[in-house]
Amino acid sequence: MPEPLRIAVASGKGGTGKTTLSSALALVAAGRYATRLLDCDVEAPNAALALRPSLSEQRAVSIPVPRVDEARCTHCGRCAEVCRFNALAVTPRQVLVFDELCHGCGSCVWICPEQAMSESEARIGMLDAGTTETGIDFAQGSLDVGQSSGVPILRALKRWTPAAWRVSPRIEIRDAPPGASCAVVETLRDVDAALLVTEPTPFGLHDLKQVVAICRELGLPTAVAINRDGIGDAAVEDYCAEQALPILLRIPLERHLAESLAQGNSLIEAAPEYREPLARLLQGLIELAEAPR
Amino acid sequence: MKIAITITAPQTDAPADPRFGRAAAFCVIDTDSGAREAHPNPALEAASGAGVRAAQTLIDLGVEAVISGAYGPKAHQVLAAAGLGLYLAPAEVKELDALIERFQSGALARAETATNGGHAHA
Repeated sequence: MPEPLRIAVASGKGGTGKTTLSSALALVAAGRYATRLLDCDVEAPNAALALRPSLSEQRAVSIPVPRVDEARCTHCGRCAEVCRFNALAVTPRQVLVFDELCHGCGSCVWICPEQAMSESEARIGMLDAGTTETGIDFAQGSLDVGQSSGVPILRALKRWTPAAWRVSPRIEIRDAPPGASCAVVETLRDVDAALLVTEPTPFGLHDLKQVVAICRELGLPTAVAINRDGIGDAAVEDYCAEQALPILLRIPLERHLAESLAQGNSLIEAAPEYREPLARLLQGLIELAEAPR
Repeated sequence: MKIAITITAPQTDAPADPRFGRAAAFCVIDTDSGAREAHPNPALEAASGAGVRAAQTLIDLGVEAVISGAYGPKAHQVLAAAGLGLYLAPAEVKELDALIERFQSGALARAETATNGGHAHA
Protein backbone atom coordinates (compact mmCIF):
# COMPACT_ATOMS: atom_id res chain seq x y z
CA MET A 1 0.00 0.00 0.00
CA PRO A 2 1.59 3.34 -0.99
CA GLU A 3 2.16 5.82 1.81
CA PRO A 4 0.11 9.02 1.66
CA LEU A 5 1.78 12.37 1.19
CA ARG A 6 1.78 13.88 4.68
CA ILE A 7 1.41 17.58 5.41
CA ALA A 8 1.47 18.99 8.96
CA VAL A 9 -0.07 22.35 9.83
CA ALA A 10 1.73 23.90 12.83
CA SER A 11 2.29 27.41 14.13
CA GLY A 12 4.05 27.84 17.42
CA LYS A 13 1.68 30.51 18.67
CA GLY A 14 -1.82 29.35 19.57
CA GLY A 15 -4.88 30.79 17.89
CA THR A 16 -3.22 31.65 14.56
CA GLY A 17 -5.55 29.44 12.51
CA LYS A 18 -4.01 25.94 12.38
CA THR A 19 -7.33 24.17 12.60
CA THR A 20 -9.00 26.66 10.23
CA LEU A 21 -6.35 25.98 7.59
CA SER A 22 -5.85 22.26 8.14
CA SER A 23 -9.58 21.55 7.91
CA ALA A 24 -9.91 23.82 4.85
CA LEU A 25 -6.93 22.10 3.20
CA ALA A 26 -8.51 18.71 3.88
CA LEU A 27 -11.82 19.85 2.34
CA VAL A 28 -10.07 21.13 -0.79
CA ALA A 29 -7.89 18.02 -1.03
CA ALA A 30 -10.91 15.72 -0.67
CA GLY A 31 -12.34 17.17 -3.89
CA ARG A 32 -9.45 15.61 -5.83
CA TYR A 33 -7.76 12.95 -3.69
CA ALA A 34 -8.56 10.34 -1.08
CA THR A 35 -7.81 12.40 2.05
CA ARG A 36 -7.47 11.88 5.77
CA LEU A 37 -7.11 14.38 8.57
CA LEU A 38 -5.46 13.60 11.91
CA ASP A 39 -6.21 16.03 14.73
CA CYS A 40 -2.93 15.84 16.66
CA ASP A 41 -3.81 18.59 19.15
CA VAL A 42 -4.39 15.98 21.84
CA GLU A 43 -4.85 18.46 24.68
CA ALA A 44 -7.72 20.24 22.92
CA PRO A 45 -8.74 18.51 19.68
CA ASN A 46 -11.30 20.63 17.82
CA ALA A 47 -10.94 20.04 14.07
CA ALA A 48 -14.12 17.94 14.40
CA LEU A 49 -16.04 21.20 14.96
CA ALA A 50 -15.17 22.41 11.47
CA LEU A 51 -15.28 19.04 9.65
CA ARG A 52 -18.21 17.46 11.56
CA PRO A 53 -17.22 13.79 11.12
CA SER A 54 -19.47 11.03 12.35
CA LEU A 55 -17.24 9.26 14.84
CA SER A 56 -17.89 5.52 14.73
CA GLU A 57 -14.79 3.96 16.27
CA GLN A 58 -13.00 4.46 19.53
CA ARG A 59 -10.08 2.92 21.37
CA ALA A 60 -8.22 3.63 24.57
CA VAL A 61 -4.49 4.40 24.62
CA SER A 62 -2.39 3.17 27.51
CA ILE A 63 1.27 3.19 28.46
CA PRO A 64 3.24 0.64 30.47
CA VAL A 65 3.83 1.98 33.99
CA PRO A 66 6.08 0.27 36.55
CA ARG A 67 4.84 -1.83 39.45
CA VAL A 68 7.20 -2.89 42.23
CA ASP A 69 7.44 -6.27 43.93
CA GLU A 70 8.35 -5.05 47.43
CA ALA A 71 9.35 -8.60 48.43
CA ARG A 72 12.23 -8.47 45.92
CA CYS A 73 13.06 -4.75 46.10
CA THR A 74 16.19 -3.82 48.06
CA HIS A 75 15.42 -0.07 47.79
CA CYS A 76 18.73 0.53 46.03
CA GLY A 77 17.28 3.55 44.24
CA ARG A 78 18.52 2.78 40.71
CA CYS A 79 15.01 3.09 39.25
CA ALA A 80 14.51 6.61 40.65
CA GLU A 81 17.98 7.62 39.44
CA VAL A 82 17.36 6.53 35.86
CA CYS A 83 13.90 8.11 35.57
CA ARG A 84 14.19 11.36 33.56
CA PHE A 85 10.67 12.34 34.56
CA ASN A 86 11.01 11.82 38.32
CA ALA A 87 8.09 9.41 38.34
CA LEU A 88 9.65 7.25 41.06
CA ALA A 89 10.85 7.88 44.60
CA VAL A 90 12.62 5.28 46.71
CA THR A 91 12.35 5.53 50.48
CA PRO A 92 14.08 3.07 52.83
CA ARG A 93 10.84 1.09 53.19
CA GLN A 94 8.83 1.69 50.03
CA VAL A 95 8.98 2.69 46.35
CA LEU A 96 6.44 5.31 45.27
CA VAL A 97 5.34 5.41 41.62
CA PHE A 98 3.62 8.48 40.15
CA ASP A 99 1.83 7.13 37.08
CA GLU A 100 0.87 10.60 35.89
CA LEU A 101 4.55 11.56 35.52
CA CYS A 102 5.54 8.29 33.80
CA HIS A 103 6.23 8.38 30.05
CA GLY A 104 6.27 4.58 29.77
CA CYS A 105 9.90 4.36 28.60
CA GLY A 106 10.64 1.20 30.60
CA SER A 107 14.12 2.30 31.78
CA CYS A 108 13.34 1.55 35.43
CA VAL A 109 12.25 -2.01 34.66
CA TRP A 110 15.32 -2.54 32.51
CA ILE A 111 17.82 -1.23 35.07
CA CYS A 112 16.41 -2.94 38.20
CA PRO A 113 19.16 -5.32 39.40
CA GLU A 114 16.68 -7.43 41.38
CA GLN A 115 14.08 -7.86 38.60
CA ALA A 116 11.65 -6.45 41.13
CA MET A 117 9.76 -4.33 38.58
CA SER A 118 7.11 -5.25 36.07
CA GLU A 119 4.89 -3.21 33.77
CA SER A 120 1.18 -2.65 34.00
CA GLU A 121 -0.94 -0.86 31.40
CA ALA A 122 -2.38 2.49 32.49
CA ARG A 123 -4.86 4.41 30.33
CA ILE A 124 -3.79 7.94 29.35
CA GLY A 125 -6.30 8.89 26.66
CA MET A 126 -8.52 7.99 23.72
CA LEU A 127 -8.57 7.85 19.94
CA ASP A 128 -11.77 8.49 17.91
CA ALA A 129 -12.25 7.95 14.20
CA GLY A 130 -14.87 8.19 11.50
CA THR A 131 -15.58 9.84 8.18
CA THR A 132 -17.12 13.14 7.11
CA GLU A 133 -19.98 13.71 4.66
CA THR A 134 -17.38 15.38 2.47
CA GLY A 135 -15.53 12.05 2.26
CA ILE A 136 -12.61 12.78 4.59
CA ASP A 137 -11.26 10.00 6.80
CA PHE A 138 -10.91 11.58 10.24
CA ALA A 139 -9.22 10.64 13.51
CA GLN A 140 -8.33 12.53 16.65
CA GLY A 141 -6.47 11.79 19.86
CA SER A 142 -7.38 13.14 23.28
CA LEU A 143 -5.25 13.10 26.40
CA ASP A 144 -7.01 12.39 29.71
CA VAL A 145 -7.07 15.27 32.20
CA GLY A 146 -4.08 15.11 34.58
CA GLN A 147 -1.82 13.18 32.20
CA SER A 148 1.52 14.73 31.33
CA SER A 149 2.51 13.55 27.85
CA GLY A 150 0.51 13.38 24.63
CA VAL A 151 3.33 11.71 22.72
CA PRO A 152 2.14 8.09 23.24
CA ILE A 153 -1.34 9.15 22.04
CA LEU A 154 0.19 10.62 18.88
CA ARG A 155 2.20 7.48 18.21
CA ALA A 156 -0.96 5.38 18.54
CA LEU A 157 -2.94 7.84 16.38
CA LYS A 158 -0.36 7.68 13.59
CA ARG A 159 -0.31 3.87 13.61
CA TRP A 160 -4.06 3.35 13.73
CA THR A 161 -6.07 2.21 10.71
CA PRO A 162 -9.75 2.31 11.69
CA ALA A 163 -12.06 -0.07 9.84
CA ALA A 164 -14.26 2.79 8.61
CA TRP A 165 -11.44 4.35 6.60
CA ARG A 166 -10.72 3.96 2.89
CA VAL A 167 -7.71 1.76 2.31
CA SER A 168 -5.18 4.06 0.69
CA PRO A 169 -5.38 7.82 1.08
CA ARG A 170 -3.29 10.04 -1.21
CA ILE A 171 -3.10 12.97 1.23
CA GLU A 172 -2.80 13.05 5.02
CA ILE A 173 -3.19 16.40 6.78
CA ARG A 174 -2.11 16.72 10.41
CA ASP A 175 -3.46 19.49 12.62
CA ALA A 176 -0.55 20.02 15.06
CA PRO A 177 -0.76 21.20 18.67
CA PRO A 178 0.33 24.78 19.42
CA GLY A 179 3.74 25.43 20.95
CA ALA A 180 7.05 23.73 20.23
CA SER A 181 6.82 20.82 22.66
CA CYS A 182 7.49 17.11 22.28
CA ALA A 183 3.95 16.65 20.93
CA VAL A 184 4.68 19.12 18.10
CA VAL A 185 7.91 17.29 17.26
CA GLU A 186 6.07 13.96 17.25
CA THR A 187 3.43 15.42 14.89
CA LEU A 188 6.08 16.79 12.51
CA ARG A 189 8.52 13.90 12.72
CA ASP A 190 7.53 11.84 9.67
CA VAL A 191 5.69 14.31 7.43
CA ASP A 192 6.69 15.30 3.89
CA ALA A 193 6.07 19.03 4.29
CA ALA A 194 5.08 21.51 7.00
CA LEU A 195 2.81 24.52 6.66
CA LEU A 196 3.37 27.05 9.44
CA VAL A 197 0.46 29.38 10.08
CA THR A 198 1.41 32.62 11.73
CA GLU A 199 0.23 36.17 12.26
CA PRO A 200 2.34 39.24 11.48
CA THR A 201 2.96 40.24 15.11
CA PRO A 202 5.98 39.94 17.43
CA PHE A 203 4.16 37.07 19.18
CA GLY A 204 3.54 35.22 15.92
CA LEU A 205 7.15 35.72 14.82
CA HIS A 206 8.69 34.65 18.14
CA ASP A 207 6.86 31.33 18.17
CA LEU A 208 7.22 30.81 14.41
CA LYS A 209 11.00 30.86 14.81
CA GLN A 210 10.82 28.03 17.35
CA VAL A 211 8.83 25.79 15.02
CA VAL A 212 11.01 26.69 12.02
CA ALA A 213 13.98 25.50 14.11
CA ILE A 214 12.23 22.14 14.64
CA CYS A 215 11.41 21.84 10.92
CA ARG A 216 15.04 22.59 9.99
CA GLU A 217 16.27 20.00 12.49
CA LEU A 218 13.92 17.43 10.93
CA GLY A 219 14.90 18.48 7.40
CA LEU A 220 11.30 19.29 6.41
CA PRO A 221 10.29 21.35 3.39
CA THR A 222 8.50 24.26 5.06
CA ALA A 223 6.15 27.02 3.91
CA VAL A 224 4.28 29.78 5.71
CA ALA A 225 0.70 31.08 5.65
CA ILE A 226 0.04 34.52 7.13
CA ASN A 227 -3.32 34.88 8.83
CA ARG A 228 -4.77 38.28 9.84
CA ASP A 229 -2.52 39.78 7.15
CA GLY A 230 -2.27 43.55 7.40
CA ILE A 231 -2.15 43.84 11.19
CA GLY A 232 1.07 44.14 13.20
CA ASP A 233 4.34 44.77 11.39
CA ALA A 234 6.54 43.51 8.54
CA ALA A 235 8.92 41.46 10.70
CA VAL A 236 7.38 38.08 9.76
CA GLU A 237 7.77 38.87 6.05
CA ASP A 238 11.35 40.01 6.53
CA TYR A 239 12.11 36.83 8.47
CA CYS A 240 10.53 34.60 5.81
CA ALA A 241 12.51 36.34 3.06
CA GLU A 242 15.73 36.00 5.03
CA GLN A 243 15.07 32.31 5.74
CA ALA A 244 13.84 31.56 2.18
CA LEU A 245 10.47 30.40 3.53
CA PRO A 246 7.81 30.72 0.80
CA ILE A 247 4.62 32.50 1.89
CA LEU A 248 1.94 30.46 0.13
CA LEU A 249 -1.23 32.10 1.45
CA ARG A 250 -2.36 35.35 3.05
CA ILE A 251 -5.69 35.77 4.78
CA PRO A 252 -6.52 39.36 5.69
CA LEU A 253 -8.27 40.14 8.97
CA GLU A 254 -11.94 40.48 8.02
CA ARG A 255 -14.84 40.72 10.38
CA HIS A 256 -17.21 38.56 8.33
CA LEU A 257 -14.62 35.75 8.25
CA ALA A 258 -14.10 35.85 12.00
CA GLU A 259 -17.85 35.84 12.63
CA SER A 260 -18.49 32.87 10.36
CA LEU A 261 -15.53 30.84 11.68
CA ALA A 262 -16.66 31.55 15.24
CA GLN A 263 -19.96 29.86 14.42
CA GLY A 264 -18.10 26.65 13.62
CA ASN A 265 -18.04 26.99 9.82
CA SER A 266 -15.05 25.85 7.82
CA LEU A 267 -13.07 28.52 5.97
CA ILE A 268 -14.60 27.35 2.68
CA GLU A 269 -18.15 27.70 4.05
CA ALA A 270 -17.25 31.06 5.58
CA ALA A 271 -15.61 32.38 2.41
CA PRO A 272 -16.03 30.28 -0.77
CA GLU A 273 -13.69 32.69 -2.59
CA TYR A 274 -10.82 30.98 -0.70
CA ARG A 275 -11.41 27.68 -2.51
CA GLU A 276 -9.05 28.63 -5.35
CA PRO A 277 -6.23 30.07 -3.18
CA LEU A 278 -6.51 26.98 -0.94
CA ALA A 279 -6.26 24.65 -3.95
CA ARG A 280 -3.11 26.54 -5.01
CA LEU A 281 -1.78 26.27 -1.44
CA LEU A 282 -2.32 22.50 -1.49
CA GLN A 283 -0.64 22.23 -4.87
CA GLY A 284 2.27 24.33 -3.61
CA LEU A 285 2.70 22.08 -0.59
CA ILE A 286 2.57 18.92 -2.72
CA GLU A 287 5.22 20.36 -5.06
CA LEU A 288 7.36 21.36 -2.07
CA ALA A 289 7.05 17.85 -0.62
CA GLU A 290 7.86 16.14 -3.90
CA ALA A 291 10.69 18.45 -4.97
CA PRO A 292 14.06 16.69 -5.10
CA ARG A 293 16.15 17.50 -2.03
CA MET B 1 19.71 15.26 64.28
CA LYS B 2 20.07 16.18 60.60
CA ILE B 3 17.60 18.76 59.30
CA ALA B 4 17.31 20.57 55.95
CA ILE B 5 16.08 24.08 55.17
CA THR B 6 15.28 25.19 51.61
CA ILE B 7 17.54 28.14 50.68
CA THR B 8 17.78 30.62 47.79
CA ALA B 9 21.46 29.97 46.90
CA PRO B 10 23.91 27.11 47.50
CA GLN B 11 25.62 28.86 50.43
CA THR B 12 25.23 28.09 54.11
CA ASP B 13 24.39 31.74 54.89
CA ALA B 14 21.74 32.11 52.15
CA PRO B 15 18.21 33.11 53.17
CA ALA B 16 15.36 30.56 53.29
CA ASP B 17 13.59 29.76 50.00
CA PRO B 18 9.79 29.54 50.37
CA ARG B 19 9.59 26.86 47.63
CA PHE B 20 10.38 23.18 48.10
CA GLY B 21 10.70 21.37 44.74
CA ARG B 22 12.09 24.42 42.94
CA ALA B 23 14.18 25.75 45.82
CA ALA B 24 17.65 26.78 44.68
CA ALA B 25 19.41 24.65 47.28
CA PHE B 26 19.18 22.89 50.65
CA CYS B 27 21.11 23.74 53.79
CA VAL B 28 21.67 20.52 55.74
CA ILE B 29 22.30 21.21 59.42
CA ASP B 30 23.53 18.84 62.10
CA THR B 31 21.70 20.25 65.12
CA ASP B 32 24.03 18.46 67.54
CA SER B 33 27.35 19.75 66.16
CA GLY B 34 26.01 22.85 64.41
CA ALA B 35 27.78 21.79 61.18
CA ARG B 36 26.20 23.09 57.97
CA GLU B 37 26.46 21.99 54.34
CA ALA B 38 24.82 23.57 51.30
CA HIS B 39 23.60 21.21 48.53
CA PRO B 40 22.35 22.54 45.19
CA ASN B 41 18.87 21.23 44.34
CA PRO B 42 19.23 18.84 41.37
CA ALA B 43 15.48 19.20 40.71
CA LEU B 44 15.78 22.90 39.86
CA GLU B 45 15.90 22.26 36.10
CA ALA B 46 13.70 19.13 36.10
CA ALA B 47 11.06 19.16 33.37
CA SER B 48 8.64 17.33 35.64
CA GLY B 49 8.48 15.85 39.11
CA ALA B 50 10.68 18.50 40.77
CA GLY B 51 9.07 17.86 44.16
CA VAL B 52 9.67 14.11 43.88
CA ARG B 53 13.32 14.60 42.92
CA ALA B 54 13.96 17.17 45.65
CA ALA B 55 12.37 14.86 48.24
CA GLN B 56 14.48 11.95 47.02
CA THR B 57 17.61 14.09 47.38
CA LEU B 58 16.85 14.85 51.04
CA ILE B 59 16.02 11.20 51.78
CA ASP B 60 19.34 10.15 50.23
CA LEU B 61 21.16 12.76 52.35
CA GLY B 62 19.76 11.10 55.47
CA VAL B 63 17.78 14.13 56.60
CA GLU B 64 15.19 13.56 59.37
CA ALA B 65 13.29 16.86 59.27
CA VAL B 66 12.64 19.53 56.63
CA ILE B 67 11.78 23.22 56.96
CA SER B 68 10.29 24.93 53.90
CA GLY B 69 7.57 27.42 53.02
CA ALA B 70 5.45 24.99 51.00
CA TYR B 71 5.09 21.32 50.07
CA GLY B 72 3.37 20.10 46.91
CA PRO B 73 1.28 16.92 46.97
CA LYS B 74 3.89 14.54 45.55
CA ALA B 75 6.78 15.96 47.59
CA HIS B 76 4.64 15.70 50.73
CA GLN B 77 3.70 12.11 49.94
CA VAL B 78 7.31 11.03 49.36
CA LEU B 79 8.74 12.82 52.42
CA ALA B 80 5.95 11.53 54.65
CA ALA B 81 6.41 7.97 53.34
CA ALA B 82 10.08 8.19 54.31
CA GLY B 83 9.09 9.31 57.81
CA LEU B 84 10.62 12.81 57.67
CA GLY B 85 9.18 15.55 59.90
CA LEU B 86 7.84 18.39 57.73
CA TYR B 87 7.79 21.91 59.18
CA LEU B 88 6.56 25.21 57.78
CA ALA B 89 8.81 28.26 57.67
CA PRO B 90 6.80 31.44 58.37
CA ALA B 91 7.02 33.74 55.31
CA GLU B 92 8.58 36.59 57.30
CA VAL B 93 11.41 34.50 58.78
CA LYS B 94 14.29 34.21 56.29
CA GLU B 95 17.32 33.77 58.58
CA LEU B 96 18.47 30.19 59.06
CA ASP B 97 19.53 30.79 62.70
CA ALA B 98 16.04 32.05 63.53
CA LEU B 99 14.42 29.05 61.83
CA ILE B 100 16.71 26.58 63.60
CA GLU B 101 15.96 28.21 66.93
CA ARG B 102 12.21 28.07 66.32
CA PHE B 103 12.49 24.46 65.22
CA GLN B 104 14.38 23.50 68.39
CA SER B 105 11.95 25.31 70.64
CA GLY B 106 9.00 23.57 68.98
CA ALA B 107 7.56 26.81 67.59
CA LEU B 108 7.29 25.71 63.94
CA ALA B 109 3.96 24.34 62.68
CA ARG B 110 3.98 20.92 61.03
CA ALA B 111 2.78 20.55 57.43
CA GLU B 112 0.25 17.79 58.01
CA THR B 113 -0.83 17.87 54.35
CA ALA B 114 0.41 19.38 51.10
CA THR B 115 0.16 23.17 51.16
CA ASN B 116 -0.89 23.52 47.53
CA GLY B 117 -1.90 21.62 44.41
CA GLY B 118 0.69 20.32 41.98
CA HIS B 119 2.30 22.36 39.22
CA ALA B 120 2.55 19.39 36.86
CA HIS B 121 2.30 20.19 33.19
CA ALA B 122 3.33 18.67 29.88
